[in-house]
Amino acid sequence: MPKKGTKSRKGTDDEPKQEEKNKLPEHLEVQRTRVVCKGDAPTEGFQYAGAFAAMGIDNSVSADKFCKNFKVVVNRLTEDDMEFDMIGIDASMANAFRRILIAEVPTMAIEKVLMADNTSVIADEVLSHRLGLIPLDADPRLFEYISENDVPTERNTIVYKLHVSCKKGSPRLTVKSGDLEWLPEGSQLPLASPAQSGDKQKTYTSFSQSQKDILEKPLGVKFKDITIARLGPGQAIELEVHAVKGIGKVHAKWSPVATAWYRMLPEVVLREEIKDADAEMLVAKCPVNVFDIEDLGNGEKRAVVARPRACTLCRQCVMGPTGEVMGPTVEQVELRRVRDHFIFTIESTGALPPEMLFTEAVRILEEKCERVISELS
Amino acid sequence: MEHGSVTDSTASTFSIVEEDHTLANSVRFVLNQDPRVAFCGYSIPHPADNKVNIRVQTTGDPAKDVLKDSLQDLMVMCQHVRGTFDTAVTQFRQNNPTGMNIDQNKKK
Repeated sequence: MPKKGTKSRKGTDDEPKQEEKNKLPEHLEVQRTRVVCKGDAPTEGFQYAGAFAAMGIDNSVSADKFCKNFKVVVNRLTEDDMEFDMIGIDASMANAFRRILIAEVPTMAIEKVLMADNTSVIADEVLSHRLGLIPLDADPRLFEYISENDVPTERNTIVYKLHVSCKKGSPRLTVKSGDLEWLPEGSQLPLASPAQSGDKQKTYTSFSQSQKDILEKPLGVKFKDITIARLGPGQAIELEVHAVKGIGKVHAKWSPVATAWYRMLPEVVLREEIKDADAEMLVAKCPVNVFDIEDLGNGEKRAVVARPRACTLCRQCVMGPTGEVMGPTVEQVELRRVRDHFIFTIESTGALPPEMLFTEAVRILEEKCERVISELS
Repeated sequence: MEHGSVTDSTASTFSIVEEDHTLANSVRFVLNQDPRVAFCGYSIPHPADNKVNIRVQTTGDPAKDVLKDSLQDLMVMCQHVRGTFDTAVTQFRQNNPTGMNIDQNKKK
């Protein structure tokens, strides 16, 4: 058993120490790896590879070094949202993933609305906009982009129809997204009357086969309870919509995430021991309960940092209600963030599960690199 | 597209269309980690133009090669991120067989 213990320790603690014989002095190490939040916004950073070269310390992050240190820990994973920690990555890359998730991962969304009848109080263009924002339950990877002169086919277009009416004398009717009916055979609206009676009726799409045959599961909308419109007695809506593939950069309706964001891991350090009345004041001041009180016996109490992850850097702990310093000060409580540790959250709108979205986002960044490399050579 | 001088290949500005901060900032980060780079930075000349200019000045190597190496490095890093992420997700699923609605934050 003791053998096992020494082995695992070697893997984590000893190795990096042996590599970096010359360690940075503590204050520089803090500057390098932490963002210290005082009264003003922190601006310093050490991205240059040779920043500490004079002290014999290599500040570079080669791909090898990155691969050795990078870690991912999943905290939460549900059908449509996830949170994970990304450790050992620079903000520029974490931000690239976030930007790609929001603006460049493709999804399917309603782009064209063919209005046959709309006698409801909601105007055509407002209704169309509402339809566009409905999340569709369709995997975008199974479809192709459609360009301006392309013919809508089963490979690039999904057709739904909405045909609802409220009978005279009946109560008002609420039209929900679930009323959208998928048309796997394509459009049903005639484009022009056929030249010969035997010809197939031309419609707004030209599907060569049913989408039922090329897709594994039927398409629909992600949520069936989104209100689209309300109809009074005698009113009706009859329309057909065409959904196509697109990206959030063009229109937010194609964004696959409700939002995707990250925050750096907060770190709260008590530089001096805070006791008794001051400790209680500190605990009471924090709106997110970062601190706890530890009983030292003999009636003495001490403040401890119990939940640093909850810290929002609101600085209430070092500031009085009106901004004046009361109780603990900036010298006593230091608020920091770990520079290379990101708590990343993805909320999917439903087209793809969140873990798939992130994988897609990383792949898109790779494709961007590949494109530029091929352009340069 | 590369803008540089014919005689000196160590300093160039690369103008890349249809890219923005997403790629440029990441590449700038990787370039700054390269010991061969003396200076590097990027700018978007006008918010309405869909392009970025990446400036690379090196200590002797051709700027184009250094930029290409950086892009290659960034790709390797991305591949590693993807691999690590997939493993972490699989592991999480194994540890939490129900798979759904598990919140480690609430557990603690």
